[in-house]
Amino acid sequence: MLLRLEPRGQRSRLWTYASPLLALALTVVTAAVIFAMLGKDPLQSLYVFLISPLTSATGLPELFVKAAPLILIGVGLSLGFRANVWNIGAEGQYTLGAIFAGGLALSYPEAPAILLIPAMMLLGILGGMTWAAIPAYLRTRWNANEILTSLMLTYVAQLLLIYLVTGPWRDPDGYGFPQTALFSSSATPPILFEGTRVHLGVVVAFLAAIVGWIVLTRSVIGFQLRVLGQAPRAARFAGFSQERLVWLSLMVGGGLAGLAGMFEVAGPVGQLTPSISPGYGFTAIIVAFLGRLHPIGVIFGGLILALSYLGGEAAQIDLGMPNAVTGIFQGILLFFLLACDVLILYRLRGPRPLAGGA
Amino acid sequence: MDQAIIISFVLSVMTASTPLLLAATGELVTEKSGVLNLGVEGMMLVGAIVGFATTVHTGSALLGVLAALLAGAAMALIFAILTLTFLANQVATGLALTIFGTGLSALVGASYVGTAVEGLPKVLFGHDALVYLSLIAVFAVAWFLRRSHRGLVLRAVGDSHDAAHAIGYPVVLIRYLATLFGGAMCGLAGAYMSLAYATSWAENMTAGRGWIALALVVFATWRPIWLLVGAYLFGGIMYGSLAIQAAGAISLFGYPLVVPSQLVSALPYVATIAVLVAISRDRAKIRMNAPACLGRSFHAAG
Amino acid sequence: MTGQAETIKATGTAVPLLSLTGIVKQFPGTLANDHVDLTVLPGEIHALLGENGAGKSTLVKIIYGVLKPDAGEIRWQGQPIVVQNPNHARRLGIGMVFQHFSLFEALTVAENIALGLTDAADRKGLRARIVEIARSYGLHLDPDRAVHDLSVGERQRIEIVRCLLQKPKLLIMDEPTSVLTPQEVERLFETLRRLAKEGCAILYISHKLEEIRALCERATVMRFGKVVAHCDPRQETAKRLAEMMIGTELKAASHHARGEVNGGPRLEVRALSLKSEQQFGTDLKDISFAVKGGEILGIGGIAGNGQAELMAALSGEMPAAAPDAIVIDGVAAGRLGPRERRALGGCFVPEERNGHGAVRDMSLSENAFLSGHVRRALARNGLINSGKTARFADDVIRSFDVRTTGPSAEARSLSGGNLQKFLVGREVKQSPSVLVVCQPTWGVDAGAAAAIHQALIDLADNGTAVVVISQDLDEIFALADRIAVIAEGRLSQAMPIGEASIEQIGLLMGGTHGAPGESPAASVEGRDAASA
Repeated sequence: MLLRLEPRGQRSRLWTYASPLLALALTVVTAAVIFAMLGKDPLQSLYVFLISPLTSATGLPELFVKAAPLILIGVGLSLGFRANVWNIGAEGQYTLGAIFAGGLALSYPEAPAILLIPAMMLLGILGGMTWAAIPAYLRTRWNANEILTSLMLTYVAQLLLIYLVTGPWRDPDGYGFPQTALFSSSATPPILFEGTRVHLGVVVAFLAAIVGWIVLTRSVIGFQLRVLGQAPRAARFAGFSQERLVWLSLMVGGGLAGLAGMFEVAGPVGQLTPSISPGYGFTAIIVAFLGRLHPIGVIFGGLILALSYLGGEAAQIDLGMPNAVTGIFQGILLFFLLACDVLILYRLRGPRPLAGGA
Repeated sequence: MDQAIIISFVLSVMTASTPLLLAATGELVTEKSGVLNLGVEGMMLVGAIVGFATTVHTGSALLGVLAALLAGAAMALIFAILTLTFLANQVATGLALTIFGTGLSALVGASYVGTAVEGLPKVLFGHDALVYLSLIAVFAVAWFLRRSHRGLVLRAVGDSHDAAHAIGYPVVLIRYLATLFGGAMCGLAGAYMSLAYATSWAENMTAGRGWIALALVVFATWRPIWLLVGAYLFGGIMYGSLAIQAAGAISLFGYPLVVPSQLVSALPYVATIAVLVAISRDRAKIRMNAPACLGRSFHAAG
Repeated sequence: MTGQAETIKATGTAVPLLSLTGIVKQFPGTLANDHVDLTVLPGEIHALLGENGAGKSTLVKIIYGVLKPDAGEIRWQGQPIVVQNPNHARRLGIGMVFQHFSLFEALTVAENIALGLTDAADRKGLRARIVEIARSYGLHLDPDRAVHDLSVGERQRIEIVRCLLQKPKLLIMDEPTSVLTPQEVERLFETLRRLAKEGCAILYISHKLEEIRALCERATVMRFGKVVAHCDPRQETAKRLAEMMIGTELKAASHHARGEVNGGPRLEVRALSLKSEQQFGTDLKDISFAVKGGEILGIGGIAGNGQAELMAALSGEMPAAAPDAIVIDGVAAGRLGPRERRALGGCFVPEERNGHGAVRDMSLSENAFLSGHVRRALARNGLINSGKTARFADDVIRSFDVRTTGPSAEARSLSGGNLQKFLVGREVKQSPSVLVVCQPTWGVDAGAAAAIHQALIDLADNGTAVVVISQDLDEIFALADRIAVIAEGRLSQAMPIGEASIEQIGLLMGGTHGAPGESPAASVEGRDAASA
């Protein structure tokens, strides 16, 4: 092998932050190559994908609208991943949050917004927590792997949503489309800037990131999560309850995912349909890693991945490319990021000098 | 019951079980070497579309199957480079592989939606060769792990990579091979989905079978023969849920019971959770059988 | 370089079996081998003597092909060679028994041995040959038992048998006796002497001086990665050898003898029984002892006899069944968790530093907070008081002379000895009423070990009840007022250190141990004969 890895004594602070930037650069280069392979002009395609979504008047606000659910979910996941609690079913928890909040909006369309919106937020959180409580219980009580259980529940949640919007909750005036009635105006979160779709959820997402940052870096609970993730035996030695921390991770992750689901259906979507999420729950996993499992980093990760959604839509319209391009770039970005992260603990060295005399 | 119905039932269950069995057998070998690849779903999807597209263009299902095998292995190679050479976290990398594979298969497959192929030729009792290959593979893997020296080396690497390295076994190379084998088997499982089970392509057509295959490996507590039991149990559940939906209603003590089809479709996923819980609650059994180095990175000093 | 080789060759009469010249091996932050020369003659028992961290293990891993040297020459039977990997080493005729055994817990004895045999031909009729070798050297083994059921002594026999099956010309033994009872050590030496008589050279790595004097004909002494002396250990006193090894004049170990200790017990353990949570762990059976303030109780025993479980039971990581099974300062603490026990005054230093006592990727401040936040009140309203925490960490660093850049340095950047000083200091600085330490000086250099020992003695002098769980009998004899021995999860009666003899302790250590090694092997021989 030409290059080899040599362990560093300390973690490299430089590479902790440089690695996502390098990964982004490599992803852009790879994207250009893929565009060229698909027979498109690489530079123009990159422009359509990365720049054009931001040039229009609504571009930047839309970026924040798309980033809000990613940041909300990403903050929750980053706390859990820190503790080695692999909740990958955020998509399902998001769906349940949307269902709980949507059910309330449909039941009390006339309620005043000042009551309805907070109640929907609470129910959204409760919905996500309910769904996350299942893997939490199964893991702490029965030792069942939360990766598989939380993911299986995502499929169940999606089927439950389809059942509701095609069955009991279907809009009677909807010409048989699988969707509920549009939510009333009092069930719609307030728009913060006139002429944009920037809603209350965007602010809540930023607040969640800031609170998450304080919890993770300053609080005893955040310390406990970090110790559990890095050295479970040390957590036990210190007397931190693993069971409690697993519950906490899943409740926070599930609650924030549910809240994201509530804001998304109440705000930009405006009703329940089978396609209320373009995979936010899974993309948020990438957001969490790109943000270094750090709530403030998650904000940047959320904005970048939100751009990949907008770029994917632009590429679909302007270049006639399938929407799936977004997923590919998201996957490639995570690949490069994971590969670059090796530089935090190791340095690349050239070939070993031959042993003298031999 | 009518004999023809029984035969048709058995054939249908075998069909539903085969992709699970192929993928789970591959993943079991990967995990036995100490590598946890959560990208099964992504590798299956890529195998499915590559196999399908190749068959459409060449007209040869055999070439399609081979291409799927290689595509699955290529996906596994990405995983292996990241986790074994660059020491990336295996859980995160496996998730990335699934996200990437889902996107890649959807992109490549967009122009194949609505196309149909003839499907794999039947060789025996109305089944194609992959069904029998899946059965042979389980027994071959069981023999390999239990009886052959190379299988012993593979288990040793999964049990303690430090000890295996100290004795002089090429830990990383062995894990590369085991991971590639797992990917190739997932590619085959995907090809079975698009070329035999459905004979068409649809986005996300594996519908979580990759994840169920992962759960099956735990269910089998890393013993190949138990994979067979698990895969056929789940094949039965999947076929059953399809059959109930087809019938529209099931009758209970003579009363028709209308069950929403979505709830019936959820059955395999709920069953997976139930089975996982049933096996995992015996912590000692899991610890005894799980490869001790599962999911841990290995970097040789010097 | 050739000149150097000539001079070394001149010291021996025969052609050396193995000669190393100018071996250099650099690790990040340390020069593990600094131009090391070594010659081993055919059929001799050669000691490689040095402290923990002197570079012995690195050197033998280079000989065995596990590590590659950065510079230097290796000659085997006069020919220059490059040892590619352990397979290559074995083909040359080099066998090695590792300090931390290279065994596979989940596999059987025969499978483990088969894994060490590279040629398929060597694996033919393996079971019969295992039994035969085992019989002719008195190394009893049942080929079909899984390794996780075996005692440490039996595990070592697997490694030795694995080497012997390949008829080695050189057998490397890396710290082989650290896990054996004195009686088992005697038996091992007989085997080694017989092998040497048959022409197999033995490179014996140790820091135990008496053993080397009893066994070896020549010794090469290493310190800080360099060879510092050659000698005939049979002609030297243990004190002289120690001085060569450590490089300074030894202070006589300060025995903790202050006559009768008064005052009531601060730690009482009453009929403690506990099932191990570890897959291959040892259950604790009916353990009782009491330690008074100002007293040091040493608990000896061979690794894997319940020390880890006892430590976990005392620290609260594994709560006991009955509240009064463990009593700290008169308060029943059996059902309490680690944090509540700390509040009562219990402090603990576990055996494993990395990942148990300390988190490698966290700063020393954070590691100070880990176990210090209860007694030092380092948190307020659920938030970490980082200023106070850093001051606490800094206090530990200064008082215990921890060589580091400061409280914000990551634990992983510290050497083993420095990290251990920090971890012992972290607990000592909490003024505990009870302190339990496990293997306090394992893998620690002599300077740090002396500092740790002194800290434990000082703490006891100030009225703390101290328990030292250690496999190093020398350490216990140097520190403790009383000694008890743990074997198979049972603890012997504690006896005053002055009344205990090494032989007696050795018997207790192996008391329930020697038997299981012998009886099954006999039945296997019968079974094997029947199948043949």
